[in-house]
Amino acid sequence: MELTITINGQPVTRDVEPRQLLVHYIRDTPGLTGTHWGCDTSNCGACVVLMDGQPVKSCTTLAAMAVGHEIETVESLEQDGRLDPIQQGFHELHALHCGFCTPGMLMTTRALLNENPNPTEAEIRTAISGGICRCTGYKNIVAAVRWAAEHQPATTTQEV
Amino acid sequence: MQTPAPCDYERATSVEGAIASLQRVGSSARIIAGGHSLIPMMKLRLATPEHLIDINDLHELSYITDHGTEIRIGALTRHVELLTSELLKSKLPVFADAEEVIADPVVRNRGTIGGSLCQADPAEDLSSVCSALKATVVLKGPDGERTVPLSEFHVGPFMTVVADAEILTEVRIPVKPGAGSAHEKVERRAGDFAIAAASAAVWIDGGTIADAGIALSAVGPKPIEVTRAEELLKGKSPSEELFEQAGQIASEDCMPAADGRGPIDYKRHLAAVLTKRALRRACARALHQEA
Repeated sequence: MELTITINGQPVTRDVEPRQLLVHYIRDTPGLTGTHWGCDTSNCGACVVLMDGQPVKSCTTLAAMAVGHEIETVESLEQDGRLDPIQQGFHELHALHCGFCTPGMLMTTRALLNENPNPTEAEIRTAISGGICRCTGYKNIVAAVRWAAEHQPATTTQEV
Repeated sequence: MQTPAPCDYERATSVEGAIASLQRVGSSARIIAGGHSLIPMMKLRLATPEHLIDINDLHELSYITDHGTEIRIGALTRHVELLTSELLKSKLPVFADAEEVIADPVVRNRGTIGGSLCQADPAEDLSSVCSALKATVVLKGPDGERTVPLSEFHVGPFMTVVADAEILTEVRIPVKPGAGSAHEKVERRAGDFAIAAASAAVWIDGGTIADAGIALSAVGPKPIEVTRAEELLKGKSPSEELFEQAGQIASEDCMPAADGRGPIDYKRHLAAVLTKRALRRACARALHQEA
């Protein structure tokens, strides 16, 4: 079936089987391999993308179900060579090591900050509880989200 | 790589249209909502529907409304909405108890109450919540709608009374004065299915328990309604001794199987302890004495 899905503001049209998962639809799009395909069982959170601003696990969503919705991937964060504060926070505070969980962590915490610009440590830990990091651990990720909360550009906080 | 078997897909634009499709395709069709139970089952080929009917656009099935003597919840209401609803928090706090420990926040953005009930996983939490609350569900089909009490809804593991051309549209929960409710769960790790879980609801009138509902998850082929304990509680004043006795009955009346989550005697022990804790909290809430 032919699908058109809006990914990072751009319509992407492709003929796929109805059983195609959103994570593969995204990753098969040139330039969009930032979304990671991890456990395939909705446990690890590496595949998290935003659907209409809400974090969802793209390994457990059919591509067809995303038609008519706005999908945002990790590639949408950096704008004109400027990192999003959440990316900058991960960079500043060494919140990644192998980087496999990072796209999901970034999108999950970007959504958290959009909804709650000043989250507590407990709120951050709850928000990322659907993501698994097997090397850095969570301490630096939490610190990076706090860093981003303290360094939000004015435009981002106004949008909230 | 886990991939579902080939299937067709259509997006429903109305409940009637979904029912017509179910009727046309027959037993190989399945409704898909959040998909967070069905898609994993399809990847494992434990479910092999040949035709999926996506109801995510049926926003008319997404609501939590107060009708005085009952609260009605649309089938497409997502876990996150059940968790954050102020109405449920004040009237049926058992929902927030359960939702806090169902999967994780990202999964809760997608999964729905209708999907959870229809999936009929014996370890799923909302089935015992709705059983304890004496809820009924509305099933719509080509010949109109019928209501089914939760006590008759589940037939066995992953099996319900929903017919091939029917769709669950609504959950109705009676609201009575003096209500308190709570859900207690033990799981192996955060977000996992229960090793055992207990939901309790009480309705207290003048210091005595007028009515009670107790249901257990993960300790039987379907949610276990502990009716013997419910009868025991009726007409009595809440007390630790009473909760202990109800817990003892729960441990006797459940039907756990030994599996990777634990042996039978452990699960029976949990059924007793969790029933006691859930009753204690439900009564404290009914009496506005929660610590």
